Amino acid sequence: MNRKDKIVIKDMDLYYGDFHALKNINMKIKEKYITAIIGPSGCGKSTLLKSLNRMNDLIEGLRIEGNILLDGKDIYGEDFDVNLLRKRVGMVFQRPNPFPISIYDNIAYGPRVHGIRDKKRLDEIVERSLRLAAIWDEVKDNLKKNALRISGGQQQRICIARALAVEPEVLLMDEPTSALDPISTAKIEELIEELKRDYTIVIVTHNMQQAARVSDYTAFMLKGDLVEYDKTEDIFSVPKDKRTEDYITGRFG
Amino acid sequence: MKGNFTESFMKGIFLICAVTSIIAILLMCIFIFAGGIPFIQEYGFKNFLLGTEWKPSNIPQSFGILPMILGSIYVTLGAVIIGVPIGLLTAIYLAKFSSKRLYRFLKPGINLMAGIPSIVYGFFALVVIVPIIRDVFGGTGMNVITASLLLGIMILPTVISMSEAAIRAVPNSYYEGSIALGATHEKSIFSVVVPAAKSGIISSIILAIGRAIGETMAVILVAGNQARMPVGITKGVRTLTTNIVIEMAYAADAHREALIATAAVLFVFILIINGAFLVVKRRTNLE
Repeated sequence: MNRKDKIVIKDMDLYYGDFHALKNINMKIKEKYITAIIGPSGCGKSTLLKSLNRMNDLIEGLRIEGNILLDGKDIYGEDFDVNLLRKRVGMVFQRPNPFPISIYDNIAYGPRVHGIRDKKRLDEIVERSLRLAAIWDEVKDNLKKNALRISGGQQQRICIARALAVEPEVLLMDEPTSALDPISTAKIEELIEELKRDYTIVIVTHNMQQAARVSDYTAFMLKGDLVEYDKTEDIFSVPKDKRTEDYITGRFG
Repeated sequence: MKGNFTESFMKGIFLICAVTSIIAILLMCIFIFAGGIPFIQEYGFKNFLLGTEWKPSNIPQSFGILPMILGSIYVTLGAVIIGVPIGLLTAIYLAKFSSKRLYRFLKPGINLMAGIPSIVYGFFALVVIVPIIRDVFGGTGMNVITASLLLGIMILPTVISMSEAAIRAVPNSYYEGSIALGATHEKSIFSVVVPAAKSGIISSIILAIGRAIGETMAVILVAGNQARMPVGITKGVRTLTTNIVIEMAYAADAHREALIATAAVLFVFILIINGAFLVVKRRTNLE
């Protein structure tokens, strides 16, 4: 099946001050596939992910060279609205970070930011997003409950629902299960599989089994280099690079 | 065994230090209430708190402190109306908008404000604010508005420092979560970060109220100090604190006891404010 390239990263270099954190990255992320980025701590995988919705802009002294194209348009280009970019490219963080307000208001926050005021429409969006995130049945009677008073796994699904509420095209996930227990992790993985029907998903993970389980494509990074990027089954069965093989067989990392 | 002795000796020293402040507050309690309550009982609780006449030199004397209670409440309310919005916006600016270079000037400036003796504030208000108010509203220029303006300025450091700390203590993940949904910096600050700092901000306001209601030497210079029921915000008032300072020097017998009883009322006000502060704090910890 030949799918369109949703995101194209071209000759990208990234520096924190003098530190060369990402080195000449070239990568094409296919639409409506799950792309996993794996690698040891500090290899730059989160940094790469956060470049895709420009969350890195918040870090002082950070410099990016090269291009990242979303549907062919340079997201670092001057006429690209960064707030609109982050609406189109949503993000789920490593630690669940719901706002300390009600579940309903958490989900409605994004739509409200983007100008939706109508109560009925907000109700619809909240229900649809919570259903998409497979948590509607658990919270539908408690929408007024403070989102910090539910379990970590539920919080993370609330965060996914919150990201989905602004109808993004791409969903970035930065180790979304690393702070969760195995059962919550399984639920989130199942959810990710479901979501790929409608969304392009890029997931950073520490957990190689997770990458193997959920992703279609896998990128292996090491010390700022993109070592290998291929179909997940190929990466895990016939890695071309010795370093990839060493990593996935557990020789380091 | 020498080490053991040193240890228990030092423990004792620490204990004494820790207990000193508690003893001080207990002694204060005992002195104020022992001095004030008998008078209140004798004069009548209702007559004292709700009496509208304060005429210690009349025969018979009258000691109603409602004018002063209202005076204190008016100027404190005015101070909150003026000081809290300015202080809160300043805190938000310092925590989330100002450049590092500007912050290096602003922050020490605000710290300095907290250290200026109150009489200096009062003198400033007397020579700067009073003439302006006199030109605008007529009269002596010493009234509720003047006192409120002055107190509004004086509570700024309290509101700013505590609110800023509360805003800075909000986890950055809330801000990131909002930004990642496509919200602007301003929207994220005002809709997510500041509400998350709510209880810290409320605490700062409560402490500021305590500061305003207890302020004396600055207020005495600009409030007019008329011991009568307040007649409007462009007229002078007397507060509980200034009432004590103005008359303590020459008061005797019942008059003197009435002033101590005034202090007891003020003390209760402060206890209530601190109680509210503790309640807000505790609720924060539970969340």
